[in-house]
Amino acid sequence: MTAFQIILMGLLIICAVSVSFSKNLLNAILIYMSFSLVMSMLWICLESPDLAITEAAVGAGITSVLFFVTLKKIRAIEAAEPEEKEESKDE
Amino acid sequence: MSKKRPESEYQKTFAFHFFRWLSGSKDPYLGEVEMHPQKEYQIDPEAALRHEKEHDAILDKVYDPKRNMGMKLFHKLYHATSIIFCLFLIALLLVTISWLPATGTVNRPVNNEVAERYIEKGLEETGAVNIVAGMILDYRAFDTLGESHVLFTATITVLILLRLNKTEKNEAELSDRRFEPKNDAILQLVATFLVPIIIIFGIYVILNGHLGPGGGFSGGAVIGAGLVLYLNAFGFKKTERFFTEKTYKWICFFSLSFYCLAKSYSFYTGANQLHSIIPKGTPGAILSSGLILPLNIAVGLVVACTIYAFYAMFRKGGF
Amino acid sequence: MGPNLLANYGEAVAAILFCIGFTNLLLQTNLIKKIIGLNVMDSAIYLFLAEKGYIAGRVAPIVVNGVTSTEAYINPIPSGLVLTGIVVSVSVTALMLSLTIRLYTRYHTLDLDEISAQLKKEGK
Repeated sequence: MTAFQIILMGLLIICAVSVSFSKNLLNAILIYMSFSLVMSMLWICLESPDLAITEAAVGAGITSVLFFVTLKKIRAIEAAEPEEKEESKDE
Repeated sequence: MSKKRPESEYQKTFAFHFFRWLSGSKDPYLGEVEMHPQKEYQIDPEAALRHEKEHDAILDKVYDPKRNMGMKLFHKLYHATSIIFCLFLIALLLVTISWLPATGTVNRPVNNEVAERYIEKGLEETGAVNIVAGMILDYRAFDTLGESHVLFTATITVLILLRLNKTEKNEAELSDRRFEPKNDAILQLVATFLVPIIIIFGIYVILNGHLGPGGGFSGGAVIGAGLVLYLNAFGFKKTERFFTEKTYKWICFFSLSFYCLAKSYSFYTGANQLHSIIPKGTPGAILSSGLILPLNIAVGLVVACTIYAFYAMFRKGGF
Repeated sequence: MGPNLLANYGEAVAAILFCIGFTNLLLQTNLIKKIIGLNVMDSAIYLFLAEKGYIAGRVAPIVVNGVTSTEAYINPIPSGLVLTGIVVSVSVTALMLSLTIRLYTRYHTLDLDEISAQLKKEGK
């Protein structure tokens, strides 16, 4: 169990570092999603099943979905108002 | 008595001219002084453009970090300092942790009489098999009430920040349709199978909050995730049949006020070693542990509605 | 260095994760990555709290067969605290993301440096 725990913690650190270095925002969000999933496995190892369920539903599910929707909304704004963007650059 | 003079004679006097000049009805210079005809001031477009460009260049030079040497130096210094600070912080925390009592052992200050009390008397006093649920919904129920209100407040703030008026809303809906493939057959088929299972699992987690792992927060989040999947597969028209802003308002109002009233009732009748009249039931039965089951349901409803509301507001600014 | 660094490896990982998140918060210019860094810091603190409550060889605090002795279960207090914290962190994330959307609609960029440069150009 200890070895499994150490592997999971190593994965956590790898995920956290690669979030910082990923250029693409979508990749960063996906890596954060896997970070939450690894975290929820770690909660099981630490004997807290309540936290595991909550983290899997909230951290890996809802938070990532909110990030995705934000990205989608930002892309939509970008695509809908290219003229305005140029205007605001000219000002 | 002064003699009366005719008006033509008065018009020649100094007093008449003076008062007329004073009241501003006549410009004394007009017709007396040689003047150029006045033109309206016109901006020279080229000069204005040049002026604007110069202004922009100055601003760029002052504020653009790529061209300003001082700003560049500051940025480099900032990066170096922050990296050094973070390494120092890691070292400091690791040294502190190396002096903490070892993880997994019993004799630590964390495992004090409070935890012992919760474990030993929890089943007897709250009737909940899951000690964590008994703790957060009975001993520390006011904490959880505050947390439900944090969720509610966050929803209201997001609504204020992302709200659109009616025309903008229609535009957002249109653009939403444009940027997303609707009526995806695979997604709809999968959602038809998955959504009921997800929602039933969420209800199970909520109702078993006092018997096993789970509770209002996790179950509510699972139900919210199921609703989000349904919304993604079938669009807003289907979900608005059963979930609108009004539904959200009433569900949150009833859940939170039920929580307030139930908990204050429990405090009035059960606090200070008084006997609570709500029966505890047999531990392990579904209808047991007094108020924890209804409180779990209230919290679960609030969390599920909040998560759906977050998603809907991010998608189209209102729901 | 004290004697317990290797025994406290969970807490050490939590400290390192906290510092990675903090570095993200300091050095990233992209707002969404800053928010992810803050979430990583959150998770690190939860991990630290849960490690504090963990006792080797004991099971989760769910009463089995009516055994209510302290020797059988881990400490339930950190679990309750973290459960509260996880749900609050979601609402904080949603709030920050909505503020990000407002900033993007106003300045059309996610880069904090560019936003501050535009702000200074406007003379504020």
